[in-house]
Order: sequence, then structure tokens, then C-alpha cells
Amino acid sequence: MRSALDIARDVRSGATTAESEMATSLAAIRAKNDELNVFLFIDEEGAIDAARRVDERVTRGEDVGALAGVPIALKDNLCQTGVPTTAGSKILNGWRPPYSATVVERVLGAGAVPMGKTNMDEFAMGSSTETSAFGPTRNPLNVERVPGGSSGGSASAVAADMTPISLGSDTGGSIRQPAALCGLVGVKPTYGLVSRYGLIAFASSLDQIGPFAKNVADAAALLEVIAGHDPMDSTSLPEPSPSLLAHVNDGIAGARVGLVRELFDGADDEVVAEVERAASALRDAGATIVELSVPELHLGLSAYYLIAPAEASSNLARYDGVRYGLRVDAEDVAAMNEATRTAGFGAEVKRRIMLGTYALSAGYYDAYYGQALKVRTQLIDAFRRAYRVADVLLGATAPSVAFALGEKTADPMAMYLSDVFTIPTNLAGDAAISVPFGTGHDGLPIGVQLLGPGRSEAGLFAAARVLELADGRS
Amino acid sequence: MASPLRREDVAKVAKLARLSLSEAELDEFTAQLGQVLEHANDIAALDLDGVVATAHPFGLINVVRADVLRPSLSRDDVLAMAPDAQDGRFAVPRILGEAP
Repeated sequence: MRSALDIARDVRSGATTAESEMATSLAAIRAKNDELNVFLFIDEEGAIDAARRVDERVTRGEDVGALAGVPIALKDNLCQTGVPTTAGSKILNGWRPPYSATVVERVLGAGAVPMGKTNMDEFAMGSSTETSAFGPTRNPLNVERVPGGSSGGSASAVAADMTPISLGSDTGGSIRQPAALCGLVGVKPTYGLVSRYGLIAFASSLDQIGPFAKNVADAAALLEVIAGHDPMDSTSLPEPSPSLLAHVNDGIAGARVGLVRELFDGADDEVVAEVERAASALRDAGATIVELSVPELHLGLSAYYLIAPAEASSNLARYDGVRYGLRVDAEDVAAMNEATRTAGFGAEVKRRIMLGTYALSAGYYDAYYGQALKVRTQLIDAFRRAYRVADVLLGATAPSVAFALGEKTADPMAMYLSDVFTIPTNLAGDAAISVPFGTGHDGLPIGVQLLGPGRSEAGLFAAARVLELADGRS
Repeated sequence: MASPLRREDVAKVAKLARLSLSEAELDEFTAQLGQVLEHANDIAALDLDGVVATAHPFGLINVVRADVLRPSLSRDDVLAMAPDAQDGRFAVPRILGEAP
């Protein structure tokens, strides 16, 4: 499939039409969706309408936008008016949101054509897309493997050439890890850079929406469209969207890159080898490599698995069978709440709700949740110290290439460990990007991770572009 | 450091979270949640006296808007999504028990 930027250029010039690009995308979705289970809902009618509107505007000579006629896939925790939205859960099966997320409005405003809603771990809780109530998504590069998660559907949509770009959400690695496992560029933006209005909440102090793409420039273009202040999100940063695409080819000459031991320790040898090769490539492009140890990063996983479930237990209290979604009737309201939640939530969601409820309960609050919030402070301070000696940090995205379906479903702790390198960035509220770099066994892709302080996205895209070129992709 | 998680703790937490668990689920969740909490003991055991807690990466400050009327979702649209509605309100099963 052609890049998003090529499609948008040709739609604007009249060399192609949004409707024909939409038809190409729809045909690819129809051909592969039964096998891969990527889309939970294919919005054929909406896509045709959106594409025709773009083509009419082109005909009238209007400026259609940066994503003119580009098919896009949306993770199913992003609300779109009238389009079924489940967050991968039975408890929201059949629900149609009465409003659209800000990011959905912005991609539509830039001329993109939403093709439908993609599968995900239930309420974004998982690292393989296997906790979805609607069955797992398969990795298009090897259908016996997981695509990663929780945004596995949005990653697979791009990897399977169904759409050139997609949106996911990243609470502890849910964009970067599937990007790595599917051979894509995936970005966790700075907390507050992208509005969360209309994103079904998991852990509100960690969640961010971000792009998937096959190349760095497309990811930068999509992030530029969705970023920028939104009065509907009280945590939205005050400034307008930064200039990102214009900096993609800035290079990395003169920058200091911190190679952080804790961000690849424990990864498979083939992953460590690619991280080291990435360091060499950045050095060849004029960066200075600084070897760093940031021991506090080891505490990230524990802090995350207290903070995120604690926030989730509160956010998911709203699913009580009263205002929307599933209701299982019972004799009184408390029994109805309990019957509804018991039938509507899957095992992983129940685990996290209980973990969070426990961490917040009297007698355990100080030992668990309170300690985790203090560790979060220590992590932020540790990153701050690292960014005094390095402009960008380098590590692995995931400890291994894509693992087999079913391999980790019986062992939650093993599943949680697949996010060990991505979690610290969410706790710090910083930015990070996963970029494909080399392959491991069975030809499966490996992703390396570039991390920067808040609002450093332009520099991260430039560094990622250096790696993209060094890995032989133009 | 907190004591190991017991089966009755999990049962109590499930009740608080409005979830009912089967006997088999109770056993499974006790083991699995215990494993996660055991991992979390690395931070439960740290001496962090004097460290300030961070609840939000950049310090959440309340944001307010001017108190002026503006369009919002219509009541009919919102009630149409509800499992049950009556007289312009959400309807639920009875809340109070029979009078003694």
C-alpha cells in the first residue's frame, strides 16, 4: 500500500480520488478480516460518505487537508458518533456513542476516511489483543503469533495493508509494543499533547492516543493532525500542535544519545543486538553515544501495576447497567450492578479492577498505591537526570519478537513483563517512539525505542528517521 | 510490607468492586493477584519517607470554563442509550428493601 502522504498528495492534485483509495482499502479489509479479526466494525457507509465529501471538496478547489482521502483505522476505544464502540468488551456491545472523540473530529477535518473500529484487549488491558471479548487478532506477518496489544487491531490493520495509518492508545506500551511486533512506527506522545476527549478511559493519568504508520513521515503527519490544545480535555497542554513533519529529516548530528542498560537488560539476545546496532547507526549519523544506567526504571513495572489498576477500578465503576451498555436484571439495584459487571467484564478486567480496589482499600493504600505514587516521583526525577546528559534515550521496545497466540494467557505476570521497557515513559508523562530495526528469528520484526522528555516529539521523529534510513527503508 | 494476599481478602475486594466470583475463580485470582502483589513488594518495602507523591505527570490543576449556557447532548439521545428509562429519567430496579 502507498504511504499516507503519497495518497493525500495525489488526492489533492486529482491524480486519484478518495473514493478509489477507500475502495482499495475496503477490498483489502474484506479479503483479510475473517482470518485476522482486525476490524470489529467495518464502517462501509461512513467511509463512502467521508470519501465522497473529500472528493467534492477537491472538485470545488478547496484545501482538503493533510490527510486528504487517506483511509484510517480507529481503535475501538475511540468514540465516533453513531458507530458501534465496544472497547473490546461485552459490557459495551451494541453501544453507539452520541459524540465523537476530538481525534476523530480532527482526522475527519484533515480529510482522512475512517474505515471502522479495530479490535483491542478489553478496555486496553493486555499486551496481545487476546483479552478482547470478540476473539484475538492475529499478526499479519505470522498468523500463529500475536500482534501485541492492547492496540493490536490498529497495528494489524496497517501491517496487513488494510489502511496506511491508524490510531491507537498507549497506557503502558499499547501502541509501541504492537508497533514493534508488527514492524511499524508507533508513537506514545507527551501526556496532554493529544486530547483524550472521547477516549474510553482506562488509567487517566497514563492514557495517550497516538499514531501507527509504516514510515516515520506518515506517523509525524498523523500526530501533527491530532495534537494540540483541546478545551474539552482539562489535561490538554495549552499550546497548538507542534511542527513535526517539517523536522523529520533534521538528522541527529551533534545530539547525545543515552544507551540505557535498564531499557534492554533481560531482552532476548537478538533484540539486544539490534539495539546496539541502532546505537552504531546513530553514531554514524553524527550522534554521541553515552552509556547510562537508570536503576529506578526497574521499579516502573510494580508502580504501574498498582497505579493503572487503581485508576481503572475507579474509571470502570461507571459500568453499572444504569446509563448505557449491558444490564443483567436482578431483584434490586445492587444485585443488578453485580450481575451486570460479572457478566459483562472478562477475566483480565476483573483482575485489574480487584487489584486496583485492593491497592486503594483501607489498610493497604499506603503500602501499595501511596508508595507507587512516590516511586512515580522518583522515576520522573531519574529521567530528568538522564536528560541532563542525553537528549534522547535508546533501548528496546519489547523483550522479544511477536510471541505465539496463547503463550502467555495463563500467566498474567509473564504478559505484564512484555511491557517492562515501555511503562516508564507513561509514568513520567514523556514521549517515546518505536521504530522497526532489523529482524529476529523467523524473520519477525524487532523494534527499538527512542525516548525523550515531554514535547520532544520532533527530535524523536528525526532520530527515528535516521534509523529508518540506516535500516534500508527510504 | 503487607502480608500475603488471602482468599478472604479477594472475596472481600470482589464484593467491594461489585463482582461475584465462583469458588474456582476465587482460587485462581488469589494466586494470580498474590503474584502481582509479591512483585510489588519491591516498592512496598522501599523507604520513601519525604518523597512527594505524583498523582499526575505535570501536576493537574483544575480547569474551569465560563459559566455560560452552551449546547450539550439532548436528554432524549442520552436516555435512548439506557437499558431502561421512564418519565425522562434512568430507571433501575428497586433500591430500598421492604419496610419491616
